[in-house]
Amino acid sequence: MKKRTGAQIIFESFLREGVEVIFGYPGGAVIHLYDELINHPHIKHVLVRHEQGAIHAADGYARATGKTGVCLVTSGPGATNVVTGVVTAFMDSIPIVVLTGQVATNQMGNDAFQEADILGITRTCTKHNYLVKETGDLGRVIREAFHIASTGRPGPVLVDLPKDVITGEASVESPEKFEVRGYAPVTLGHSGQIKVAVREILKAKKPVIYAGGGVIHSGAQEELLALAELARIPVTVTLLGLGGFPGDHPLFLGMLGMHGTYAANTAITQCDLLFAIGSRFDDRVTGKVETFAPSARIIHVDIDPSSISKNVTVNVPIVGDAKNILSRMVKGLKEHGDVWKGARKPWLEEVRGYAAEHPLRYQPSQTVIKPQYVIQQIHRLTRGEAIVATEVGQNQMWTAQFYRFTRPRTILSSGGLGTMGYGLPAAIGAQVAFPGRIVFDIAGEGSFQMNAQELATAVQYRLPIKVAILNNHSLGMVRQWQELFFDKRYSETALDVQPDFVRLAEAYGAVGLRADHPRDVLPCLKKALSIQGPVVMDFIVDPEENVFPMVPPGHGIDQMILAKPDKKAKKVVPLTFPS
Amino acid sequence: MKNTISILVENRPGVLARIAAMFSARNYNIDSLSVAETTDPTISRITCTAVGDDLQIEQVMKQLRKLIDVIRVVNFTTANGDFITREMVLIKVSAKERNRAEIMRTSDIFRAKIVDASRESLTLEVTGDEKKINAILELLKPFGILEIARTGQVALSRGGKRLIDRRSGSVKSPVLRTSNRPGVR
Repeated sequence: MKKRTGAQIIFESFLREGVEVIFGYPGGAVIHLYDELINHPHIKHVLVRHEQGAIHAADGYARATGKTGVCLVTSGPGATNVVTGVVTAFMDSIPIVVLTGQVATNQMGNDAFQEADILGITRTCTKHNYLVKETGDLGRVIREAFHIASTGRPGPVLVDLPKDVITGEASVESPEKFEVRGYAPVTLGHSGQIKVAVREILKAKKPVIYAGGGVIHSGAQEELLALAELARIPVTVTLLGLGGFPGDHPLFLGMLGMHGTYAANTAITQCDLLFAIGSRFDDRVTGKVETFAPSARIIHVDIDPSSISKNVTVNVPIVGDAKNILSRMVKGLKEHGDVWKGARKPWLEEVRGYAAEHPLRYQPSQTVIKPQYVIQQIHRLTRGEAIVATEVGQNQMWTAQFYRFTRPRTILSSGGLGTMGYGLPAAIGAQVAFPGRIVFDIAGEGSFQMNAQELATAVQYRLPIKVAILNNHSLGMVRQWQELFFDKRYSETALDVQPDFVRLAEAYGAVGLRADHPRDVLPCLKKALSIQGPVVMDFIVDPEENVFPMVPPGHGIDQMILAKPDKKAKKVVPLTFPS
Repeated sequence: MKNTISILVENRPGVLARIAAMFSARNYNIDSLSVAETTDPTISRITCTAVGDDLQIEQVMKQLRKLIDVIRVVNFTTANGDFITREMVLIKVSAKERNRAEIMRTSDIFRAKIVDASRESLTLEVTGDEKKINAILELLKPFGILEIARTGQVALSRGGKRLIDRRSGSVKSPVLRTSNRPGVR
């Protein structure tokens, strides 16, 4: 058999795994891989401007497509620069294969130039990681890496590639079959437990579904919709679950948790059955655990057994894939006919009452731009069909509240880790995957500056990303906490010194626009959408605006600080679901 | 409560570090740890003891199972069936002329072996469960224990069952044990 170099074997593996795009940045340890890249014109390489951009772009690509993202960086600083993005993907269960260069095996451990123990550094923040010591192992390891990253609860897998392994030769074929004996994710839900769950739903008077990112990963949105409509159960979702249930559906309560809607948080507090699907009872969701769904029995569907009964003890655990389990539950529920017709009326009325009492709202203004207004206009112009990346903080929460996501894989947001600087590179990843779709990055001026260098990437690859900076001249979310909980002692949250974002965009070769009056918002957005290339919009917004509702840290989710009602506004009438 | 957990893992470099890192990253404590190859050279057995309440230990078990290099995990303390544990300790005792006989008698009672002797000291090798080892340490204390080295526990289940059936490969327990346990909410 013909011998091939490690670099050739790696690219053959990419071909086998169907890799279309690599997000990366070259360096000494991976220079032979970049040399081999020239021989593979069918694989697109996106050259970012900072390795953190590469990993977030691979993450955004994976979230938008459902495929495994691929990121390639060099040893030492290249590898350490991706760590934030690896943890981001780990916390949010995003499938990425990260290839890092490493110094040659005979130099490892000698503090060689650009050496870092990336295996040790990422041991607890990857789903798995590998150091390849023999060129002959490359084919098998990369197969395993893609398999592990994309199956079960997805996650990042890092493969460390010493230089001599890349340049070495081997005649070993990539294995057709391989076995990872310590890895066998359970996908089929336990039939007995599914029956128990169906019985719980039949018994329940006040059920609520609480769906998370697992619904998106599993592609279970249709099954979720079918189940909710069949048993007439109102649905709330987490930040990562947005788009898993249509945001304009009458059974939709909005997001729950720290900045969840009054309707969602109150329904959770009042419910007698909580049906959690692909969600992990994160502290930003539950608030004080003792008062979270205090009178409910809990069903929890999750593919990761360690998510179950971790923070909140569960009555009916079902380990497995959400799509599989929900479709079987729908079948089980259908056997009972439509016993919910009429019977669900009191509960749905009650929940509708919560929604009418305290809808999501803000005080509109004729003189100063309200950030929520900008997001509502983006939603209107894109008919809710854009892919929207967010940064982290107020911009993220307002997007979650006011851009009514109706389809899965349309919101790209760092939920678990809350990584500022995530949005722009994630938008790049999504736009690379879908050149024809509208991709927004809804940003704050603080987060945007954490990876603003990626504007150059957007310009180079002609990616028509629209960045909407909600510029409140402060680190808004921290400022909000200081206002509410620290007697307005504003410590290091003012961002008065900032670049001229319009000229910054222009300096990169993108288009910059600015709006500082409410009447300019719509024209600005329309103009941005008419431009073929990347655009940065600087919206000068109300610096005092806060995100409400808000559950103060350490409190139960029933203890919300609510937005002041607007007396002039029309009364909100929630949609009715035929009960 | 102290739990004795037996873990079969891939016999590869870095696996022990992976397990230790998981324990520290998740803020769990390991009391003792012992590692060695099994009769199958591709598999090592790690025996560790960890203290925690039921919920914490259940999380430890789940997090261990989640590690790709972990093939099988059993908590002997909560599993059905009995098990035996042993550990070994080397004890260097200060042994002056007038104490030597007494130390050697104590050693006999515990079926310990004297593996080294000098003018000032005796070194004992003792094997047994934790209780026995603590008991002999207590008895030797008055003579002056110079230093000790303990192995940490190893454990096996009683009877003919094995943790892994090599013919069928490995299976991580897919069934959750949590079901319907009344919750402390």
